[in-house]
Amino acid sequence: MKLIKNAAGRLVPSEVNGHKQIPFKGVNKYEPEGTKAKPSIKSCVNYPEDGNKIVRNLKEALKKAGIKNGMTISTHHHLRDGDALTNYLFDVIHELGIKNIRWFPSASFPIHEHLIKYLEDGTIHHIEGSMNGPLGRYTSEGKMKGIGVLRSHGGRYQAVQDGEVHIDIAVIAAPTADTFGNANGVNGKSASGLIGFALVDSEYADKVIVVTDNLVPFPCIPWQIQGNNVDYVVQVDSLGDSSKIVSGTTQVTKSPDRLLIAEYVAQFIDEAGIMKNGFSFQAGSGGTNLAFVLYLKERMKAKGVKARFVRGGSTKYLVQLLEEGLTDYILDGQTFDLEGVRSMHDNPNHVNTSPFTSYNFHGKGNFASIVDVAVLGATEVDVHFNANVVSHSDGYLLHGIGGWQNCLYSKCSILAVPSFRDRIPVIIDEVTTLCGPGELIDVVITERGIAINPRRKDLIKAMSKSSLPIRSIREIKDEVYSICGKPAKPQFDFKKVVAIVKWVDGTVLDSIFKLKSR
Amino acid sequence: MIMKTQNQKSSAGHRGENIRSDCYFEIELTNSGGIKLELKSKVASLYGGSIKEQVDEMCRFFEIKNAKVFFEDYGALPFVIASRFELAVKKLFPENEKEFLLPFNKNNLYTSSKDKLRRSRLYLPGNEPKFFLNAGLHKPDGIILDLEDSVAPSEKDAARVLVRNALRSVDFYSSERMVRINQLPLGLEDLEFVVPHNVHVILIPKCENAEQVIEVDDQIKRIRHENNIKSEVFLMPIIESALGIVKAYEIASAVKSNCALTIGLEDYTADIGTQRTLEGKESFFARSMIVNAAKAAGIQAIDTVFSDVGDIEGLKQSVIEAKSLGFEGKGCIHPRQIPVVHKYFEPAAEEIEKAKKIVLAFEEAERKGIGVVSIGTKMIDAPVVKRAQRTIHLAVLNNLLDEDWKEK
Repeated sequence: MKLIKNAAGRLVPSEVNGHKQIPFKGVNKYEPEGTKAKPSIKSCVNYPEDGNKIVRNLKEALKKAGIKNGMTISTHHHLRDGDALTNYLFDVIHELGIKNIRWFPSASFPIHEHLIKYLEDGTIHHIEGSMNGPLGRYTSEGKMKGIGVLRSHGGRYQAVQDGEVHIDIAVIAAPTADTFGNANGVNGKSASGLIGFALVDSEYADKVIVVTDNLVPFPCIPWQIQGNNVDYVVQVDSLGDSSKIVSGTTQVTKSPDRLLIAEYVAQFIDEAGIMKNGFSFQAGSGGTNLAFVLYLKERMKAKGVKARFVRGGSTKYLVQLLEEGLTDYILDGQTFDLEGVRSMHDNPNHVNTSPFTSYNFHGKGNFASIVDVAVLGATEVDVHFNANVVSHSDGYLLHGIGGWQNCLYSKCSILAVPSFRDRIPVIIDEVTTLCGPGELIDVVITERGIAINPRRKDLIKAMSKSSLPIRSIREIKDEVYSICGKPAKPQFDFKKVVAIVKWVDGTVLDSIFKLKSR
Repeated sequence: MIMKTQNQKSSAGHRGENIRSDCYFEIELTNSGGIKLELKSKVASLYGGSIKEQVDEMCRFFEIKNAKVFFEDYGALPFVIASRFELAVKKLFPENEKEFLLPFNKNNLYTSSKDKLRRSRLYLPGNEPKFFLNAGLHKPDGIILDLEDSVAPSEKDAARVLVRNALRSVDFYSSERMVRINQLPLGLEDLEFVVPHNVHVILIPKCENAEQVIEVDDQIKRIRHENNIKSEVFLMPIIESALGIVKAYEIASAVKSNCALTIGLEDYTADIGTQRTLEGKESFFARSMIVNAAKAAGIQAIDTVFSDVGDIEGLKQSVIEAKSLGFEGKGCIHPRQIPVVHKYFEPAAEEIEKAKKIVLAFEEAERKGIGVVSIGTKMIDAPVVKRAQRTIHLAVLNNLLDEDWKEK
């Protein structure tokens, strides 16, 4: 495989799964030309006049959709670790004897470990989406037939628009739908809030199958997915385990060290002058990122400051801000807990958004860059402020990118991370995998100190009188190494790329290599 | 050297699903074949090499030539690995008194003083390394590595070695370095493990008479002398019984190295046959006795811990009350309590104003070479000046006053 060095100095393949690739050229340096991908023309005369698109079962629907070897099948992840549909979908595809599927999920979860047997037997050729937990481990060990492709939520939209990925069949898990295919995520026993990540699938796929466990008579209101884009509707008993649909990472941390980081984050946002009337922020999931919202809220109340909008993934903590009048809107990309679901259902100011409205690189403007501050996590950050979210220092691929890359475009991107986790350094010399170029990462906040990117002279100046422990990132790294020791690098087989990381514009930012077996 | 062994096989450390920052060793002595290490570690790819080196070095140090070593690691740092290994070795060779000491962290060489601020002291269970690493980042005035109540009887040996190694390796980030020893006489043995390693304050639990304090003080003197230790080790007796309260002054004034007197209310309330309430009427007398005895002996009076970690409002009220009774500090069992304790021990605005006047008058008198400090016609006694200086110090620490306030 031919590897070339991209603008970030990382080795990336020029071709992946038979498709030519463009190496990363630098932030905002690559602008493709031409027209967007076009779905084929459909006519309503080919659909039932009474609007009833119900098909007996998923197998029937897949057959009607013309499933064939080598097709691209998309799913989306709003059911998270409670998802039973995707596993069932591939059981059916396997039964049909179909091979070499390109699976294009918006993310995978540990529950999808079930699919490893279909990667083994050739039902699935490779995954383009996140490879979480067991699937990541499988990929890192070089066992997947094709090369995995990791994209951000915005990048997934971009890939479809650019025609990089053509979806043959989209299977959309809908907590509520009508027989016409209108669907939403706010109602029903499997309610997950919204299903915005499936929007691009519904618009661009050749065939769209909506699967629901809560079929209602037409019209299904609200219609987050429009039936006009849907081919078939399948009713099932259950989409999955609703107790796991709400993500497990939405509890505020109890760790005193994480709380200290969260407190630093809130103090930073306040003292840097970001927290002022009409400001906006994004809070990711994960205990530390939720906790900072609580500390920021105290500061907002004390100073009488109100936000114009906050960006989800929403949780009860953002909902409280909305209900207590501390923000005008929640612009939500996904809903992480049941309070979020309830709020989206009841409150018109809790707004359903999609990666198109939030993160789309080919949009006429980018929501993400309007946000004043985004607080995010990372598995590693290096002394050049480059960051990693997909692999760990031991070299294993374990997470997806999510909206993380897209959020780096905010006016101030803050990574809130522990400086090390149980002897695994987080602040290091060089990231194992590059997911976010350092020029977009403004501040790194750890329990051992806060590093401001030297490019952000404005922030350095604003914080010059702060009581916060502001240090250079190298100083923090040195301290971590003095505690943990200098870590050895994982042993990779540099001849075998197992996955690539795409940047938000579709270029290849980095490669993930096969781990040498120990 | 041939050492007497009791067993061929021993183990030490912790293992299991929820273990973090700790490790588990099994050592089985063999007759030949050298050291065979079986390593199971979540950080094997990052630190497998250095772990192996450390095990080899420790085997050489303890003169173990042939053994099967099984090591299960949950991200333990070198000082933890060394502690667990040493304990496993000691179980094989109980008469071996060698100590495997890692280099002293150069950040840990600072000393303390008798009248240092002691608003907050954070208790850490002595055999739980995961709590040690970041404790100092929360900026308590003191960190207590506890060998007493938070350590199960079966783990006392393990905790001593771990606390000793922590005193050398873990950065305390300039918090005062404290150890709570066990109740005497066991506590006297504990001193051997901690006094040579720059401990600043020893807390003596369940103190009931002056003799106990003197005994600890003498033992420390001996160890300091043997190890040629110049820096002082201060004592903080903890009174936890009715008898102790009655003898509070005797205890507080027993030795010169006493820096503070404190109280343990769980045991005290049990001893007087009642229960601890939030309101605390039952302990009012005892706490006031502590304050009185401490002040009479010229040392600090420090309040007990507030044990409901989730009740920040309750903690706040408790600190305000403690301050009004005359206490200067409070025990913490969770880092989140520290900022609350510091906040509510801070001096009130009028206290600061008064203190500023006194301090300025004192300096004025010094400059003029006048022995008597006075404001207007009112004479100011030396202890009042000292308290005013302390108030100013606290005000600066709490950002209520600029360090260069005199110039303004």
